[in-house]
Amino acid sequence: MIKNKSLGSRIFMVVNGIILSLLALSCLYPLWYTFCISVSSKEAVDAGQVLLFPIGFNFGSYKLIMRDSAFFSSVMVSLKRVVLGTLLSMTCMILMAYPLSKTKRHFKARNICMWILVFVMLFNGGTIPWYMTVRYYGLIDTIWSLILSGSLPVFNIFLIVSFFRQLPSDLEEAAIMDGAGPWTILWRIFVPCSIPVLATVCLFVSVGYWNEYFQGLLFINTPANYPLQTYIKQIVVKIAADVSYTTEQYQEMTQNSNRALDAAKVFISMIPMLMVYPFIQRYFVTGITLGAVKG
Amino acid sequence: MRREKEEILHQENGRGSKWDRQKTGKVSLQFHYWLMVIPGFVWIFLFSVVPMVGIIMAFEDFSPSKGWFGSEWVGLENFEYLWRLSDARRVLKNTLIIAGGKLILNLVIPIIFAILLNEVANLRFKKTVQTIVYLPHFISWVILANIMSNIFGYQGVVNAVLGLFGTEPVVFMGEPDMFRQLLIGTDVWKEFGYGAVIYLAALTSIDPNLYEAASIDGASRWKLIRYITLPSLIPTVVLMGTLSLGSILNGGFDQVFNMYNASVYSTADIIDTWVYRIGLVNVQYSLASCAGLLKSVVSLILISISYFLAHKFADYRIF
Repeated sequence: MIKNKSLGSRIFMVVNGIILSLLALSCLYPLWYTFCISVSSKEAVDAGQVLLFPIGFNFGSYKLIMRDSAFFSSVMVSLKRVVLGTLLSMTCMILMAYPLSKTKRHFKARNICMWILVFVMLFNGGTIPWYMTVRYYGLIDTIWSLILSGSLPVFNIFLIVSFFRQLPSDLEEAAIMDGAGPWTILWRIFVPCSIPVLATVCLFVSVGYWNEYFQGLLFINTPANYPLQTYIKQIVVKIAADVSYTTEQYQEMTQNSNRALDAAKVFISMIPMLMVYPFIQRYFVTGITLGAVKG
Repeated sequence: MRREKEEILHQENGRGSKWDRQKTGKVSLQFHYWLMVIPGFVWIFLFSVVPMVGIIMAFEDFSPSKGWFGSEWVGLENFEYLWRLSDARRVLKNTLIIAGGKLILNLVIPIIFAILLNEVANLRFKKTVQTIVYLPHFISWVILANIMSNIFGYQGVVNAVLGLFGTEPVVFMGEPDMFRQLLIGTDVWKEFGYGAVIYLAALTSIDPNLYEAASIDGASRWKLIRYITLPSLIPTVVLMGTLSLGSILNGGFDQVFNMYNASVYSTADIIDTWVYRIGLVNVQYSLASCAGLLKSVVSLILISISYFLAHKFADYRIF
C-alpha cells in the first residue's frame, strides 16, 4: 500500500506479522490441543504431557464413542433440530422481511410491526416466566421445545429487511408489469438476489440451533432426547455447581475422569461447524457489516 | 395484458401509486402482506410476548399448580425481600465488573487488531488471519468451557508452561481471585476477531489518496495511523461504544454458567446465573422472576438511551 521501506517500517512489518500470526494460532491452538488430547493415551493426558503433539497416538476414544448410543441419539436430535428449526425460521423470517421492507405507504402496518419487533428484541419476560410458558404449552420433552421456544431471532429479520430495501426498485416494478404477484416477486426475485444476506442469516440461525444447550437442559427430561450440546454439558462438565471443591478433591476428580474420551466428544461436536464454516464465511462479512455500517 | 399495463401506468400518474390500488386476483395486496407476516408474529407472540405476561409472577407468591392468574398477589413484597438480600448486591457487583471489563476490552482490542491487520500488505496472509480469528465466535461456550478447563486445568497447558519456570500448579477455574480475569480474557479471545469485522469494513472505506498524499509529505507509518486511520475510525468506535452500553448488566450467562463452580461463586456469580439457581434449582420462582424483571427493565432503559444517543450523534437507525 505504502512504498515506505525504511528500517523502522520493515521491523514494524515483521513484528506485526508475528503478533498477528500468534493471535491466529491462539485461535487454532485450543482446537488442535483438544484433538491431541483425544488421540493421546490416557496416561500421557493425566500426566499433563500432551502439549503440542499427541503422545501415544491411538483412536481408542473414538472407538469407544462408536459404541455409545446415547452420543449418537443426541447427534441425531441435534441434526433434526438444526434442519427443522433452520427451515422453519428462515421461512418465517423471509416472509416477514418482504412486507416489512416496504414503506409505510405500501404496507400500512409496517411501522407498527417494526416497533413491536424492536420491543421484543430489547425486552423479555426473563427466564422463569419463559420456562413456565413452555411448560404450559406442554412442550416439555418434545423436540418442538428445542425448535420453537427460542422464538424468532429478531435481529436477523432486520438484517434481511435492510438488504431487501437496498435492492433496486426497478426489479420489482418490472416484475409487476409482467403480472407477478407478491409471492412470485418474493421467491423469484428477492430471494435469489439476496443470497449473501440469506446465507449469513442461515449460518447464524443454524449455528445458534446447533450450539444451544440451555433449552435442552430446561425442557428435556429424557437423556435420549438431549441435543448434542446438552449431552456434552451433562457428561463433560462434571464440576457440579452446588458443591465446593478443595484443590485436592479437584485434582482427584480430574484424574478419575477420562479426559481423552471427553475431548473426543467435544471434537466430534465441532466437526459440522468446521466443515460448513469455510464455505459460508465468505458471505458473512457482507452480511454483518450491512446492518451496522449504513448508519 | 395491455389494458392492465395501461391501467397501472394510469394509476401511477394519478393520485395514488400503482401500489395502493394494485390487486392480485380479487384480494388486495395488503391482505397478502398480512398473510406473510402472520406466521412469524404468531411464533413471536407465543414465545416472546406470552412470557411477558408471566412477569406478574414477580408480584405474586407463585405456585405452578395455581398458575399465573390463580396465585396469591403479594405486591412488592418480593422486591423488598430481594433488596435485603446480600446475595443480590454481590451478584450486581460481579455483573457490573465482569460486564464492564468485557465491554471495554471488547471495544479496544478489536480496534487494535483491525488496525494491525490493516497494515498488512500481503493479502493472502491478511485473509487467512481474518478467517481463523472469526472461528471461536461460532463455537459454543459448552464446548469452549470444556476446552478451557483442559487448558487452564491442573494438568493443562498453562500449568505445564508455568511449571517450566518453577511455579506451583494453580487451579485457575477454582481460584476466586483470578476467575473474573479468566472470564473477561476468554470472552475477549472468543470475540475479538468477530468484533473487528465492523472496523475492518470502516477501514476499507478510507480514501487511499489520503495515505498517499501524507506519505509523499514524509509522514511515518505511525503518523499515518495516528492522523488518518484513527480519526477515520472514531465515528464507528463511538457508535459501537454507545450501542454496547446497553449490555452493562449482561455478564454473559452461557459463559459463566458453563465455566463457574461453587468455589468461585463469590466473584463469578452474575445476575443471570443467580436467577437460574434461585428459580430453577431452588424453585423460588417469584423471587427469581422478580430479579429477572429488574434486570430486563434496567437493560431496556439503558439500551433505549444508548440507541437514542446513537441515533442523535451517529445517525444510527435500527430500521
